[in-house]
Amino acid sequence: MKVRAFEHGLLLALAVVLLSIASVSSAEEKAGWKNGTSLAATQEKSCVRDTAFMRRNHMEVIKHARIDTVRKGVRGVDGSLSECIVCHVNKDDKGVPIPVNQEGQFCAGCHQYVGVSLDCYQCHATVPTH
Amino acid sequence: MNNTQDTNQKRRQFLLKGAAVTAAAVAPGVMLHTAVVAKPLGEAVTDAVRWGMLIDAAKCADGCDSCVQACNDENGLDLLQKPQGQAEDLWDQQIPKWIRNVKVKDNLSGHVTNLPMMCQHCEEPPCVDVCPTTASFRRADGIVMVDRHLCIGCRYCMMACPYKARSFVHDVVEHKLTRAPRGKGCVESCNFCVHRLDDGQTTTACQDACAKEGHDAITFGDLNDPHSEVSQALKEQSSTQIRADLKLNTGVRYRGV
Amino acid sequence: MMKKIYFREWGLESRSYWMLLVVLAAIAAIGGLAALYMEHNGHWVTGMNNQIVWGTPHVFAIFLIVAASGALNVASIGSVFNKTIYKPLAPLSALLAIALLLGGLLVLVLDLGRPDRLIVAMTTYNFKSIFAWNIILYNGFFVIVGFYLWTVMDRKMKCYYKPAGVTAFVWRLVLTTGTGSIFGFLVARQGFDAAIMAPWFIVMSFGFGLAIYMLVLMDAFKRDQRPLGDAIMRKLKGLLAVFVAANLMFMVTFHLTNLYGTENHAFEVFIMLNGGIYTALFWIGQVLIGGLLPLAILFHPTLSISRGWLTAAAVMVVVGGWLTIYVIVIGGQAFPMAMFPGKTIIESGFYDGVDGMAASYIPSIPEVLLGLGGVAVALVVTVIGIRMLKILPISLADEVADPHASA
Ligand code: HEC
Ligand code: HEC
Ligand code: HEC
Repeated sequence: MKVRAFEHGLLLALAVVLLSIASVSSAEEKAGWKNGTSLAATQEKSCVRDTAFMRRNHMEVIKHARIDTVRKGVRGVDGSLSECIVCHVNKDDKGVPIPVNQEGQFCAGCHQYVGVSLDCYQCHATVPTH
Repeated sequence: MNNTQDTNQKRRQFLLKGAAVTAAAVAPGVMLHTAVVAKPLGEAVTDAVRWGMLIDAAKCADGCDSCVQACNDENGLDLLQKPQGQAEDLWDQQIPKWIRNVKVKDNLSGHVTNLPMMCQHCEEPPCVDVCPTTASFRRADGIVMVDRHLCIGCRYCMMACPYKARSFVHDVVEHKLTRAPRGKGCVESCNFCVHRLDDGQTTTACQDACAKEGHDAITFGDLNDPHSEVSQALKEQSSTQIRADLKLNTGVRYRGV
Repeated sequence: MMKKIYFREWGLESRSYWMLLVVLAAIAAIGGLAALYMEHNGHWVTGMNNQIVWGTPHVFAIFLIVAASGALNVASIGSVFNKTIYKPLAPLSALLAIALLLGGLLVLVLDLGRPDRLIVAMTTYNFKSIFAWNIILYNGFFVIVGFYLWTVMDRKMKCYYKPAGVTAFVWRLVLTTGTGSIFGFLVARQGFDAAIMAPWFIVMSFGFGLAIYMLVLMDAFKRDQRPLGDAIMRKLKGLLAVFVAANLMFMVTFHLTNLYGTENHAFEVFIMLNGGIYTALFWIGQVLIGGLLPLAILFHPTLSISRGWLTAAAVMVVVGGWLTIYVIVIGGQAFPMAMFPGKTIIESGFYDGVDGMAASYIPSIPEVLLGLGGVAVALVVTVIGIRMLKILPISLADEVADPHASA
């Protein structure tokens, strides 16, 4: 019995170690993107799709939503740009939302990092409004 | 279902590999996830509905511009300020207006009528015919609008519109509303407050404002539904289309013009 | 037998060549800056507004595009209608056509609200739109005329010369029809809605294109001191006279047809009597400068022999042609649309022609600079073309060009 308990304890410890390593590494992941500041991350919500999937395919998701919404009148779609902004916008100390296209913010930070520039914000609001 | 979604993802992944090498390096295990169940996507609009409007010019009050104000507020049109150094009168000709007051006098009788003019949401819209990129389009439910992701700003639709319903955005739009994005270099016009209709509301901003003023000159609804208020009103009394000779079958009808 | 005609690159002295190029390039660059300025600020810095939506840039663009297809005419006469005397003129004709079209399209594109979305225009087509068809026609024009130029200049390609010439000829007719139809299909605008627009544009293109051709030919030959005989100029002069006369005739027909239909009377009165600047431009620009004056010169027994007067006539056709397009495009928009027949608009929140008042438009400097930039681009392409390629014949003296002409 003692052996069993020992084994269980060992497994538990191992799990804890692994988990903490995992969490550290995922923190590093975000640090690598220089944008680990998404408000969404702190709110225990999940993205509209799997995070890793979103990382690569969000432009397709948004485009799909754009066509559905603008041309077919479907609202509340998964890839809605305004929804991205609702979740991913950050607030400053006073609780005022910071535009998502501002330097270092969630969307802009990564886009700067990968060298993409968007024209969306010429028309679309960069903070949640009406 | 899941299967096709997965292959789609594989395909996308493959296509995007080049573009997202960095992403791939830090995001292993994409293949392992099971597709997140999508939220119900909502329904696409169909031609079972045709949105339309009846404007009773007899009820349109002289000097009232509440519909114009309401439209400006709803769609953020007045958030666009006169650029510094621009002449007042030229700017007034350049600023977009989706709805406007017009006062006409009958040449014979001298009878004066007030009426609001806006996009007439034609069934055969000339603006859609001429648009080179399909940006100008007519939605299944009869709303004629501009897909501003495809608009290149050529203004051919403005040349073609018999009602001068369209405006070009002549300046950078600094202040934006989430519900009504708009920006420099594209053409825009009344879209029957499409964001409201898609969200399940059944009125337009101009109609609400007119009702609030107590004039009730604007009736809006589904022309295809014989029981809708607008259909009933159209059935009851005669109405006209502006430039009926062009046979565009407009979605906006007038009474008392 | 005709003497063999040799072609050679433009042999202008290096310094003059570069001076010319630098001046033209500078004008083109200023046009580019003007476009950048308009693009950066938005169109509020122009005179265009929600009433006059197509302004000076469109006048330049349409003029250049129309002239482009007309410039090809000289080549077509040689290759399609087998007039030998025109054959040595073909390479310049094709080059000029490409150059003018390029200049015109550049102006058109740079005036778009979103020139950055050109790729959308190239990939998303609405096949019901004449505009979309025109995009295809313009692209095709470059390819076909380019190929034709190749068959003219390369002896190995001789076998394709004829079919290429015919294709180019047909294509250019379709292209101008397309350009004219842009207006013909605007049902709501009284100034434009006429089937005659398309053929009228073709006739205009003949005149504008030929006038520009003659100007470039005379200037290029003079600068390089190549002989340019009277025989050839007499032919071109005769053609120009015919085209200008035909243009006048179409203009008269257009307005007469309008007068025939009662609903267009107001528009006719506007253009011919009380349209202010547009009436003035119609009579002085379109009728006088673009029509009667050059006709008088071209038919005059002595004046028409003088190169100076010939140049003046061609310049008048060009200037008058530009003004013609101005009256058509801008005057047509300024005239208020008839939305309420039998009624007068007495107040409007959107300039709907209150009391029949025309919409106002004052061209702005950036617009004009952009347009001139397009002209400069066309000339740069032409100058480089004749310098690098064997476009111009060494001589077009009478005994070379037309040995049978009794001089
Ligand atoms: C010229 C203005 C303009 C630009 C630039 C623009 N949009 Fe839009 N967008 C609009 C308009 C107008 C709508 C329609 C909104 C409506 O009807 O509610 C819209 C709607 C959308 C929608 C659906 C509504 C929503 O919030 O989800 C998406 C998604 C979208 N746009 C994505 C984009 C993306 C991505 C870009 C940049 C690549 C972009 N847009 C650039 C004007 C623009
Ligand atoms: C319901 C809230 C929510 C919405 C809506 C939402 N996201 Fe997310 N998103 C998240 C969360 C939570 C994460 C994971 C935590 C994080 O990385 O910030 C995430 C992650 C991401 C990531 C990956 C970030 C990384 O570092 O790998 C991208 C890219 C992303 N979202 C883009 C979008 C886009 C584009 C939209 C709009 C189509 C969108 N999101 C809508 C909550 C949301
Ligand atoms: C993890 C990095 C990352 C984050 C975070 C991110 N993006 Fe992107 N985004 C990219 C990359 C990489 C591309 C370019 C892909 C390509 O070139 O095909 C891109 C492209 C896009 C495009 C398409 C651009 C075009 O012109 O077609 C849109 C739209 C977009 N992102 C929106 C967003 C929004 C909105 C957010 C914030 C909610 C966001 N992105 C956050 C990496 C990111």
